[in-house]
Amino acid sequence: MDELPNDLRVRVGRLLAEHDPATTGRQEFLGARFDEGLAWVHFPPGAGGLALPYEFQPEVDRLLASAGAPENDMRRNGIGLGMAAPTILRFGTPAQVQRFLRPIWTGEEVWCQLFSEPGAGSDLAAVATRAVRDGDGWVVNGQKVWTSSAHNARWGILLARTDPDVPKHQGLTYFVCDMTAPGIEVRPLRQLTGEAEFNEVFLTDVRIPDEHRLGGEGQGWAVASATLNNERVAIGGRADARESGMIGVAARTWRERPDLRTAELHGKLLRLWVESEVLRLAGARLRQKLAAGQPGPEGAALKVTFARLAQQLTGWELELLGAEGLRYGEWPMVRPSSVDLTGRDAGYRYLRARGNSIEGGTSEILRTIVAERILGLPAEPRPDKGVPWKDLAR
Amino acid sequence: MSNEPTLLYTDVEGALRAGVRKLLDERCGLRGVLGCYDGDRSLVTGLWRGLNRELRLSALLVPEAHGGDGGSCREAAVVLEELGRVVAPVPFLTSAVVGTTALLASPAPAAAVLLSALAAGRRTVTLVVPLAAGPGAAAGLDIRVEAGELHGRVANVAGALEADVLLVPAARSGESVELWAVPAATAHIEPVSSLDMTRQLADVTLPGVPGELLAPAEAGRRAVGDALLTGAALLASEQLGLAQWCLDTTVDYVRLRRQFGRTIGSFQAVKHRLADLYVEVESMRAAARHAATACGGASGGASAESAVAASVAQAFCGTAAVHVAEEAIQLHGGIGMTWEHQLHLYLKRAKADQIAFGTPGSHHDELARLVALPPPV
Repeated sequence: MDELPNDLRVRVGRLLAEHDPATTGRQEFLGARFDEGLAWVHFPPGAGGLALPYEFQPEVDRLLASAGAPENDMRRNGIGLGMAAPTILRFGTPAQVQRFLRPIWTGEEVWCQLFSEPGAGSDLAAVATRAVRDGDGWVVNGQKVWTSSAHNARWGILLARTDPDVPKHQGLTYFVCDMTAPGIEVRPLRQLTGEAEFNEVFLTDVRIPDEHRLGGEGQGWAVASATLNNERVAIGGRADARESGMIGVAARTWRERPDLRTAELHGKLLRLWVESEVLRLAGARLRQKLAAGQPGPEGAALKVTFARLAQQLTGWELELLGAEGLRYGEWPMVRPSSVDLTGRDAGYRYLRARGNSIEGGTSEILRTIVAERILGLPAEPRPDKGVPWKDLAR
Repeated sequence: MSNEPTLLYTDVEGALRAGVRKLLDERCGLRGVLGCYDGDRSLVTGLWRGLNRELRLSALLVPEAHGGDGGSCREAAVVLEELGRVVAPVPFLTSAVVGTTALLASPAPAAAVLLSALAAGRRTVTLVVPLAAGPGAAAGLDIRVEAGELHGRVANVAGALEADVLLVPAARSGESVELWAVPAATAHIEPVSSLDMTRQLADVTLPGVPGELLAPAEAGRRAVGDALLTGAALLASEQLGLAQWCLDTTVDYVRLRRQFGRTIGSFQAVKHRLADLYVEVESMRAAARHAATACGGASGGASAESAVAASVAQAFCGTAAVHVAEEAIQLHGGIGMTWEHQLHLYLKRAKADQIAFGTPGSHHDELARLVALPPPV
C-alpha cells in the first residue's frame, strides 16, 4: 500500500500545530479538522474532504487519535454522521452541503431519521405521511415511529408521499425536516429494556421550505435507498480490533469468572469467538472493497451475521452468569442520548440485542436483498406492483 | 494508509487463477474425475504432469534459489480455490504445499536436492501423516528409526499414491521427531477405499527401509509442525473453492427449475437459504484470505498470527463448506441424490476436508489455548 501523500501529512501536522488538542475545545477542534479537509478525506474540498481515495482515512484517523485529538461521537449522532452526511453529499445542492455537513461533523447538530411509520416498516415505500405543495414550500402531515434521538435532534431526514396517484415507489420525496418547527411533537416510545431510546414523531401542518428538499420530487426512494445502504454498513461493519464488540465482553467475562465455566458453554464460546473473528475479517475485507462512500448490498450480508452473533453472545452471557443473570439493574424510564450496545449490564445487553435483527432492515428483508441484488434471484410475485399508492389495500 | 494487508485478490493472483482455470476447464472433465470412484485413475497422472509442465505448480512455493518460482501462500491459495472448484484429483496440496513446506524447514542438503527436483516437476512428495492430523497433532510417533532404517505403519495418508518420495516423520527415542526421505518404491503403499476418492488415501508400511535424514530431532518437529499448519491454513481456500462452486451451481439451478408455475428461486424459503449460503461463502473467503496472508510462503516464514489464523480458518471453513454442499444437494432435490450429478463429489470432498488437518473441534481446542479462553478446570 502507498504511504500517506505528503500533502496529507502536512495538513495533519498543521492542524495539530495550530489547534493543540490539549487546549482546544472539542467542537472547535473538530471544526478546524473539517476546514482542513480531514473529516472525510474522500469528500470534496469545502465539504470536509480533499477528494482523495477513502483508503487514506484510517491512517489520518490513527495519526490524529495518537495525538490525542477528540473524535466525534458516532453513538450520539450516528444518523447524522453515518447516513445524513453521505446522502446530503450525494444528492444535496451546494447550498445544502455547505449548510449541513460541518455541524454534523462537529456534533453541534444531531440528526434523526423520519422514515418508518406504523403502516410502513419493512415495506418502507408504503409511507403515508403526506407532503403537499404550498407556495415555495411544503406542508407535511403524518406520523413517524422508531425515531432514535428525535428528542435531541436539530434535523431529521424525512421520507414523505408527494404523489399518491402513482405506484408507491414513484410518489416519494426526501426532505430535511427542522425538528424545532411548529407542528412537530415528539413522544417517547418505551421499549422492552425499560427505557425510551426511540420516539414517535407526529407532524401536523409542518412547513418545509423547498430548498430543504433533497433530490428531485418523486426521487425519494432512490435517495432513501442510498441512506439505508449507508446505515447497514454503519451498523454491521464497524468491528476493527480482534475481540472488539460483543465477543470482547463475553471473552472478558469468561476469563474473569472461572467459577462459572461449563464444558457446554466453553464449546459455544469458542464457536462464537471463531464466528466473531470471521465477521471482523469479512468487515475488514468489505471496507477494503468499498469505493469512497458508496456501499453496495454486501453490507446487508454482514449485518445479518452481526445481529445473529450479538443475540447469541448476549444470550450466552446470561446463561454463563446463571443466578446472577436473573438480576436486572433497574427499569427506569429514561431517554438516553446515545446507545451503547456493549455497555450496561448483561440483562440489558441481551434485551437490547433483540433489536439488532429488526432495526436498519430486518434480517429477513436483508436476506431478500442479498438474494435478489447479489445472487440475481427473481422477486416474488408482488400484488402491489404498478398499482397507484392510493389504491393499495392498507 | 493502514498497515492492514489486503484481503482482496491482486492482479497477479487473478492472472494465476485464470491460467489454472483454463487448463482445468480443458483437461479436468467430470468423466475423468468420476472415474476415480470406479477404479480408473487415468486422469490423475496426465493432469498433474500438465499442471507442472505448463503452469509450474510444483515450483510455486519453492524459492528461486532452488529453481522455483518463489511464490506466496496467497498464490498457492488461489490455485487451491480453482482445484477445489473442480474437485481436481491432483496432489498439489500434499506435495506442492505440505511436502514443500516441510522441506523448506529441513536443514539437510538432501532437502535442497528434493526442492530442486520438485521445482523441475521431476518429483512428487507427501508427508507421511494421517490426513486427519492437525497442527497440534503428535505426528511421527508411529514410525521408529532403528540402525538407520525406518519401521512402522501410518494409516490414511493422502498423496502417497501419487508420490515417488515419502517424507517420513519418525521417532528415534521417546518423542523426538526427525524427518526422513524414503523412496516410495521401497514402502508398501496400500490404497484405501476412501470417502473422497478424489483425494484417495493409502496405508503406508515401512518394513525396515533405509532413507535419507532431512531434519534432525528439533528441526524435524518444526518442519512437521510448519507443514501441517500451512496445510490447515491453505485447505481453507480449497474449501472456499468447493463451496463457491456449490453456491453458483445451485443459484443457476433454482433460476431454471420451475414448479407451481414459477422458478423455485423466486420462493422466499429458497432465496433466504441461498442468501445465508452467500454470507457463509463470503465469510469463508475472508477467513481463507487472512489465513493465507498470515502464513507467508517461500519468501518468509510463518508469522505469530499464523497459528490463530489457520485454526480460525479451519474451525470455520471446514464446517461451512460441508453446510454449503449439503444445502446444495437439498436445493437440487432428487437430482442432487444421483451419481450422475457431480454434487456428490463436492459433498464427499467437503466432508473429508472437514476432518483433514484437524477437525473443527481440535482447532477450537487449539484456539482455546492460543487466545486464552481456557476450559473449565
